[in-house]
Amino acid sequence: MLKILQPGLYTSIQDTGRFGYRNIGVPMSGCMDSISGGFANALLNNDKNDAVMEITMVGPKLAFMASANIVITGAEMCAELNNNPILNYKVYPVQNGDILSFGKLKKGIRCYLSVSGGFQSEMILKSRSFYAGITSQGFFKKNDLLSFKHQEINNKHPKAAINTKIPFYDTNAIEVFKGPELELFSSRELRKILSTTFTVSNDNNRMGYRMEEEVVKHTKSIITSPVLPGTVQLLPSGKLIILMKDAQTTGGYPRIFQLTEKSIAILAQKRARDTVELKLITDL
Amino acid sequence: MGNYQLTYKPFGESAILIEWPQIISKEILKDIRFFVTKIEHQKSKDILELNFIYHSLLIIYNSKNCYFAEIKNTLESIYENELHIPEKLEKTLWHIPVCYDEEFGIDLAYLSSEKKMPVEKIISLHKSVDYTVYGIGFLPGFLYLGGLSEKLSFPRRDSPRLAVPKGAVAIGGNQTGIYPQSSPGGWHIIGNSPISLFDIKKEIPCVIVPGDEIRFNPISKEEFELIKIAQDTGNYELKSITNA
Repeated sequence: MLKILQPGLYTSIQDTGRFGYRNIGVPMSGCMDSISGGFANALLNNDKNDAVMEITMVGPKLAFMASANIVITGAEMCAELNNNPILNYKVYPVQNGDILSFGKLKKGIRCYLSVSGGFQSEMILKSRSFYAGITSQGFFKKNDLLSFKHQEINNKHPKAAINTKIPFYDTNAIEVFKGPELELFSSRELRKILSTTFTVSNDNNRMGYRMEEEVVKHTKSIITSPVLPGTVQLLPSGKLIILMKDAQTTGGYPRIFQLTEKSIAILAQKRARDTVELKLITDL
Repeated sequence: MGNYQLTYKPFGESAILIEWPQIISKEILKDIRFFVTKIEHQKSKDILELNFIYHSLLIIYNSKNCYFAEIKNTLESIYENELHIPEKLEKTLWHIPVCYDEEFGIDLAYLSSEKKMPVEKIISLHKSVDYTVYGIGFLPGFLYLGGLSEKLSFPRRDSPRLAVPKGAVAIGGNQTGIYPQSSPGGWHIIGNSPISLFDIKKEIPCVIVPGDEIRFNPISKEEFELIKIAQDTGNYELKSITNA
């Protein structure tokens, strides 16, 4: 068990997502940056579906009430264990009474905390991922308790090596596939979109990232159809919305591109005023 | 033998989108449901999720080794295959109680004056149709319904309300729907249903599925309160008729 002494800005539990309920309108959810979330589990020999804590921009302050091994991956947020700095991508044992806190945000915006055996928040519709209305909470509040499997601390943790000097998300190139409605637009319009440097707007969260630039205005709409995390929708105003993990399951705007899972993870580490460029990985 | 010319499109690394002709029709919805039943019959371990709405079917695969050409061939032969065609496709007609009292139908008077149509006529047009559920999305349990009388079609509000109450029954453009939870919304509110379309505490959170039909059943304010109490204590069951 651990106690949330301070909740941070937006701290939640996420796993690989909730599948099988789109036909009743339930979003996928799951780690925004699934690559860092995956590393957090892999470094502890956890199952890839184990639940991790997703921490956004301002980290929480946590008091451990049992022993476990922990790992932090993703954004660099100056984590400290009992006021001693600790590194990302390195396994640390914690014990009853230990305090984990976070400091200045240095790189990226989302980091992932895993414990050996995974966090045991409520399992709803086959997933532990928080989503308000499905799980009883959308994010942690002060004094919340969170359980994890008690484990004897095992120092034989894997010594996986990950080059963290240049994180994978340290790029503004977002790789995309063609989307279902790409052909509604001329190659000139598409080239304009692909040659634009987009700025992440303030309107960015777990549901979607809206870009500032107005590139191609249009009046095209489609019959409501499924959308996925990573779907790039072109709004009539000419702006792009890139859907993220908590996006609704259906949409009516043209779907012009689809991000790779890795690019969703890269975008998930961007904040307002960061820039991105879309790179089509097939021919136009 | 397939009835329609289908379009197969890769949709990212691990999903395929199959599109029927771009029209809203009960026959297409039925054809999609037949195809879904045939795909499910294969019990493929690679398929994570089948999701359909209107004229689209999305299939999500559970590995990145999702080779489009190969999967397309497999799906095409399943679509054309006459084996495992379900003999009948069950469809349930759900009776959704709605109170059209002006206490809930806060836009009825406005619609009535704009459309120059008595409130009673709006209600009678709205309740006299069996609506087809073409899909569920936007919010968990939000039904996309087809069948609204053209006479009731009305443009959405210029600016959406910040909070439309849970259960609100509303009209927006040529669609009608029920808000399964309180949310922002730009549709005109004509009534409220006391039932929960989506209840996460239940084993099946949403009993209505795409392909079903619904009928709005007018109730008084007194009945509204009684159904609400019955539902809160777990003593209310939606009326329904299932047939093929």
